[in-house]
Amino acid sequence: MIGEDDVRYVAKLARLHLEQDEMRRMTGELAKILAHIDKMSELDTAAVPPTAHVLDVVDVTRADRVEPGLPRAEALRNAPAVTDDSFRVPRMS
Amino acid sequence: MSAAAILQGKSGAWEPVIGLEVHVELDTATKMFCGCAVTKGDAPNMHTCPVCLAHPGALPVVNRRAVEYATRIALALNCTVRPRNVFHRKNYFYPDLPKAYQISQFDEPLALDGWFEYWSGGEKLRCRVNRVHMEEDAAKLVHAGGEAGRIAGSEYSVVDFNRGGTPLIEIVSEPDILSPAAARDFLQQLRDLVIELGVSECTMEEGQVRWDANISVRPAGSAGLGTRTELKNMNSFRYLQQALESELPRQVDVLEAGGMIDQETLHFDPTTGTTTPLRSKEEAHDYRYFPEPDLVPLVMDPAWVEEVRAGLPELPGARIARLSEQYGLSRADAVVLGGAGVLARFYEEVVARGVDAKLAANWTMGEYLAHLNAAGLEPGHGHVTAERLAALVRLVAEGTVSTSAAKDVFAKMIAERAEPAAIVETHGLGQISDGAKLEAVVADVVAGNPAQVEQYRGGKPQVIGFLVGQVMTATGGRANPKLVNELLRKTLDG
Amino acid sequence: MGALDTLRLTAREAKKLLVDGEVSAAELTKAYLDQIAAVEDRVHAYILVTADNAAKYSTKVDREMQAMRGPLAGLPIAIKDNMVTEGVTTTCASRILGNYMPVYTATAVRQLWDDHVVMLGKTNLDEFAMGSSTENSSVQTTRNPWDLATVPGGSSGGSAAAVAAGEALWALGSDTGGSIRQPAALCGIVGMKPTYGLVSRYGLIAFASSLDQIGPLTRSVYDCALLLRHIGGKDPRDTTSVESPEAVELPSAERLDGLRVGIPREYLAAGIEPGVRARFDATIARVEELGGTWVEVSLPHTEYALSAYYIIAPAEASANLARFDGVRYGHRAADADDLITMYERTRGEGFGAEVKRRIMIGTYALSAGYYDAYYGRAQRVRTLVRRDFDTVFEQVDLVASPTSPTVAFGVGSRTDDPLAMYMSDICTLPVNLAGLPAISIPCGLSGGLPVGFQLIGPAFSENRILDAAHALEAAIGFEPAPAFRDSSAGPEPGEGGSATVAAAGAPS
Repeated sequence: MIGEDDVRYVAKLARLHLEQDEMRRMTGELAKILAHIDKMSELDTAAVPPTAHVLDVVDVTRADRVEPGLPRAEALRNAPAVTDDSFRVPRMS
Repeated sequence: MSAAAILQGKSGAWEPVIGLEVHVELDTATKMFCGCAVTKGDAPNMHTCPVCLAHPGALPVVNRRAVEYATRIALALNCTVRPRNVFHRKNYFYPDLPKAYQISQFDEPLALDGWFEYWSGGEKLRCRVNRVHMEEDAAKLVHAGGEAGRIAGSEYSVVDFNRGGTPLIEIVSEPDILSPAAARDFLQQLRDLVIELGVSECTMEEGQVRWDANISVRPAGSAGLGTRTELKNMNSFRYLQQALESELPRQVDVLEAGGMIDQETLHFDPTTGTTTPLRSKEEAHDYRYFPEPDLVPLVMDPAWVEEVRAGLPELPGARIARLSEQYGLSRADAVVLGGAGVLARFYEEVVARGVDAKLAANWTMGEYLAHLNAAGLEPGHGHVTAERLAALVRLVAEGTVSTSAAKDVFAKMIAERAEPAAIVETHGLGQISDGAKLEAVVADVVAGNPAQVEQYRGGKPQVIGFLVGQVMTATGGRANPKLVNELLRKTLDG
Repeated sequence: MGALDTLRLTAREAKKLLVDGEVSAAELTKAYLDQIAAVEDRVHAYILVTADNAAKYSTKVDREMQAMRGPLAGLPIAIKDNMVTEGVTTTCASRILGNYMPVYTATAVRQLWDDHVVMLGKTNLDEFAMGSSTENSSVQTTRNPWDLATVPGGSSGGSAAAVAAGEALWALGSDTGGSIRQPAALCGIVGMKPTYGLVSRYGLIAFASSLDQIGPLTRSVYDCALLLRHIGGKDPRDTTSVESPEAVELPSAERLDGLRVGIPREYLAAGIEPGVRARFDATIARVEELGGTWVEVSLPHTEYALSAYYIIAPAEASANLARFDGVRYGHRAADADDLITMYERTRGEGFGAEVKRRIMIGTYALSAGYYDAYYGRAQRVRTLVRRDFDTVFEQVDLVASPTSPTVAFGVGSRTDDPLAMYMSDICTLPVNLAGLPAISIPCGLSGGLPVGFQLIGPAFSENRILDAAHALEAAIGFEPAPAFRDSSAGPEPGEGGSATVAAAGAPS
């Protein structure tokens, strides 16, 4: 059963900041949802192949030809912070 | 597998166990999953699109040529190309990873179970290859304000997405490498191979080849695997060797003191030449791999794979064997000449001009290689073309110039950017084979060295060497030594 | 020319008016803009109305009509705000997109631009298409024009409400677990999810990559086919898109002779409201009247489909939404000194509760040690769900069911219980798991609120579905238009209890 520690770990993995009350509520909600989802474990699926793609399509590739991309101004236009024509992020230290 | 480098600890002997994960950036025209150009050295963010910037709604499309190049590598490493392969998402957050997942391959990769034969310390070694798979490179992340561009102490970082999405091939070895020297040789020769395959220039400075090293030690002669540490993202052979020479004894010390090795990532500091654990805020990554739903499986048509195999250039192993047989070279010589395609090509061009194969081999391995080393040139480049070297070798074979004089000719040919025959002419380096001239000199030497003549006639035939030397000195090293020998004997014996 | 009845006009009729010169493109567009002005403050279907552009472009279409004679030229459309439109902000009804200005246009939408449609604006949705009521929008709650105290369904609630309210001639939506069909049912219009792969997903902001499809919301089945014809096709930018083996045809069938319809017993057991059931049964009776036959079938793994869906969709979504990290576009938390804090606060601030829930479930399901139990197992259950359909389609031509177990529910009535909300999709989400096409058409009212009838077909059977739906639509003769009642304001005079359109002889 999923507990607050699990929720904290998962929130960290997902880079999601949750307030204390959010954390608590989330734990309850996730527990309930996961309990329902657990219905699946009733089934013996060992011999069933997984469906990763509903399409019966394979081998779709493209030729190695350059296509016009974005002018730099367009690439940067939505950037929250720009320095030296690059996307700036806060310190990683 | 032998030639483990033994580490002598306080309590006994240990051997290193090294595995390498090598990343190679391909020289395709476009990125792995979009049509942006793969470039080097351009201004930041000049080659991007919604796909490689991971804009909402953008989707990847596989670059066919990248698959071909990856297959070449897999085949050259004797791998089994799996009939079907699938891409997976490898999920983690980092500014150089715009989707916050890398499209890579997981449990259904391109190829498995190969090997790579390489030479180290005069021995042929084999390292098993666990897998070869395809993925995309991250963008370029630069840290500002810290020391030497490191994260520690930095104030902010900036991302340039030009490189992001470049096709990257990952080659994973088994932990079969047993010494720092072997690790270096493995990497250098693997790099040579990849270059020969025509899939990447593997420029070290551009970081087109990078590797992680997994390092552990075990009691010498034992079989198991100890806990390993990881050196990540290296692109210098020298630093790797230094790092290994620092880390391996450290592990031995820890184990001998009764401690345990922590499985951790290390950072190599070139200024101190030592490795330290990276103090990372992250726990071990939980990558949450799952099959990439935006891409469909790749089915590797066996006929196509055979076409790729047929199109491979001659690989080092086969070439060495062929040179040995075709030109009557010793194994050792064939290894030197055949290890890299560019040198082998040069050598064969020299021989093709009608020169004795063994003589050509000696000159190529000797003067020519030394010259390449000193001048920092690749085979086939520079003033010493196959044509010119062949011409020089021919002059030696014909006796026009002595071997020692020919070395002088070689050096002057380069310095003056002239033809060998012209150098011989201009500098009067031609071998004197005129019997009459030499007879005169011989007569002089015999007359001038009565003591040695006495010794020779008295039963010390080796003294002739001294007399030959005197003739050579008198002729400025240009006398035909064989003729001098004959004439001396005739004079002394007769 | 009299005033255009935007509540009833179909694209087919509008095209005829344009071609016959009875109305200009500018007038046509103006009629919808006027309706938007009249009712938007009650319906809240649009996040952004691009009135000026629409007016200008429709005028241009008039001027160049000779050159722009295509079948869609001049027809005004609303686009769900999870499809990127270059030059027009796209929000996905989420704060995390901030002021994102797309740098390219979704392929399906680009195809419509090339056909000279007029975009009226971007419609509201549940944030990142996650929801069944449009209440998860960070912008506003859209109201159902049939009863403004109820939801229009979701996630394409804005598009559905806009069409139903006469605020758009037709609209594009997206469907991952029923997000076109369910709102279409709740709003009394037609909605179709094509076979997976028929319409390019390039430019559709991804929710669950293996389930998402773009599709039409229209006032008639004919309109639905017409729109579908123009948005599909294999797109080199979408590896998972395919060319349909046969072109989508404009339906003309009037009978259903020889059509075998299967009714899955598991869908009827899924808590269907009596009023909905009654309408459904009545519609099945019509199928028979038109020469079709029906038989009960079984899709035995239906009850597990919900579990599988609520692992697969959040898992894929958790990865698809990871790119919203404040680095390259969208919202970035202010005053975040270091990267990790920036990531966590940006995403904590930017995503709403339902999105966070699904990211958490998805991340958990994929995390170390849980893959096999959750995601791995769900993918296998998915195979079983597909096989169920494959087996049934050996017996019957189409599968029929109510689209939604209930009619439109009250705003706020399910928001406290995510699981209850998830149950709205029980009849629709197995279709996405199997990648099959399905349509919802209005089949009557229950308590004054519309009921939807769903037809599901094998892969690439769009024409079979559209023909059957077309014939049935005519036989049903669903006439009413929404009256913009508001039941929270008390009952209208003369109204009492549920006013159901009576039907004769329904099978039970």
